Amino acid sequence: MTADTGQKIRALIVDDEELARQVLRELVQTHPEIEILAECANGFEAVKAVAEHKPQLIFLDVQMPKLSGFDVLELIEQDMAVIFVTAYDQYAMKAFEVHAVDYLLKPIGRDRFEAALERAKQRVGKKLPPADQIAASARPPQRYLERVVVRDGTRVTLIPVAKLDYVEAQDDYVALATQGAKHLKQQTIASVEAGLDPARFVRIHRSYIVNFERVVRIEPYGKDSRLAILADSTRLPVSRTGYARLKSLLDDRS
Amino acid sequence: MHPLLNRRSYLGAYLAVWVPLACLLTFLVKVSGGIAAPEAAILVLPLVALFSAVCFSAWYICRATPLRSAGFARLIVTHLLAALLLSFVWAQIGRLYAQALSRSASFTGLAVRYEAHVPILEVSGVLLYLVNVGFFYVLIAVEASRAAETRVMETTVLARDAELKALKAQVNPHFLFNSLNSISALTTSDPVKAREMCILLAEFLRMTLGLGEKSSIPLSEELSLLDRFLAIEKVRFGTRLQMAQEIQEECRAFLIPPLLLQPLVENAVVHGIANLPEGGQVHLSAKCSNGRLIIIIENSFDAENTSTRRTGLGLQNVRNRIESRYAGEGSMRVTASDELFQVTLSLPMETQEVLR
Repeated sequence: MTADTGQKIRALIVDDEELARQVLRELVQTHPEIEILAECANGFEAVKAVAEHKPQLIFLDVQMPKLSGFDVLELIEQDMAVIFVTAYDQYAMKAFEVHAVDYLLKPIGRDRFEAALERAKQRVGKKLPPADQIAASARPPQRYLERVVVRDGTRVTLIPVAKLDYVEAQDDYVALATQGAKHLKQQTIASVEAGLDPARFVRIHRSYIVNFERVVRIEPYGKDSRLAILADSTRLPVSRTGYARLKSLLDDRS
Repeated sequence: MHPLLNRRSYLGAYLAVWVPLACLLTFLVKVSGGIAAPEAAILVLPLVALFSAVCFSAWYICRATPLRSAGFARLIVTHLLAALLLSFVWAQIGRLYAQALSRSASFTGLAVRYEAHVPILEVSGVLLYLVNVGFFYVLIAVEASRAAETRVMETTVLARDAELKALKAQVNPHFLFNSLNSISALTTSDPVKAREMCILLAEFLRMTLGLGEKSSIPLSEELSLLDRFLAIEKVRFGTRLQMAQEIQEECRAFLIPPLLLQPLVENAVVHGIANLPEGGQVHLSAKCSNGRLIIIIENSFDAENTSTRRTGLGLQNVRNRIESRYAGEGSMRVTASDELFQVTLSLPMETQEVLR
């Protein structure tokens, strides 16, 4: 274990309430093997602090302004141990159980804290389950994403899904096209698709999801395939199944 | 769908009415002479079975001419015409049947003897039809009262449900657990404040429980509940939560339903302030003008980052309560600009308990 070698575990506390940070700070203080590198009052600070300090352990509040704990998890490198903290969120708790992620409930008791910390220590340096999967199982049923979070260096951008033009798969990444700009995110196109409202977004091709409202017309293109022309004259390939999906959505709407 | 086919018990009742009628008619035909008992049974029973099937469809005529709205004249004319027509046709069919039977050796001369009974059959056909129609009108009335009963029950359940949901929503578990966490933090850093917060929380819970049972309370009581709520949230959010109040003194005595404003103020904090990293203000004002009590709750908010669906639920609850309490007399208006979320309530000024 890291503590035995004399190396301290570098940790981060993220919570938007000062008093909640204070509780965690006091609980951690009885563990000399853990060093708190920084405390963050919101998700943006957390993303920055992770890049700067490269912590091994992070205490992460779920409900925070603008960027939730799940958003933060999606935006950071995932080779650290995470202990989520929440007051009450039945879906989040279910997600933690399903993905075997450690979590603490407020008010935080000493025993629970010790147990979670012990488990987390075993996980230091190991990969977490994919953040988008944890976030997906924490979403209430029939609820879709309202925005997508992306990070460029330490700059975090929130893209409301209404402003999303299309999504393109690029190897391990997806490119999210919005208002002429493209943002890269490490995620599979299937998991992006699962989070988007199927009444507004259509998978028109193995590598493309399009915002239905951006499509102005469909043109034939070669044998068996077509092109979708968007409002900003972007041309996207449409496969045969993609065309069937577009048509059925069109039928549903009319 | 025909109700008799929908419910076994109705079909049973229908047949139970027909069986004795069939026997009675058989008896009449026999005693009026010229036809022996077995002959009468073989002649009459199938005819009555046929007529019961024909009368089955009288239900559609009954439905098309409802007792209440159809008018007496139309009712009489419709059913009398139908009765005469059906029984005439029925007697004709009976004649054909009698002729067919009389070809066989055991029924010789039945066709001739049948003629004497045509008037009996026609008269009883009319009567049978009318009895049937009566039966169907009773059936329709039973169905209607049953439907009305279900409707009343559904409405009651809905109203109760809305009220219960509204009251349950008052103490948000999130609020409770976060407050307890704050208290737990304060016990080491500021025990005096921890005690204060325990008391605030206890008072808030006690008031919530007590107020929920009343049907109206003075605005001043609701305001003192809100003071506690905001004081607790202030401890949690610190400088992020700014508060301001502008209450016209004369308004404090006016009555409102209990816990009407609390969910709105909670919304303002949870969906407004809590979503802003730098925080913002909750502004509460109440004034009386033109015989109406106007209450405005305003809060800073981030239009791009607030799930309107979640806020919508709490607001819908309040809207339903106002609707069911004041009917058209009260209103709630919600406006959202880029940075400001505003809920305006306009209620009639009530100074004493209105008996409902």
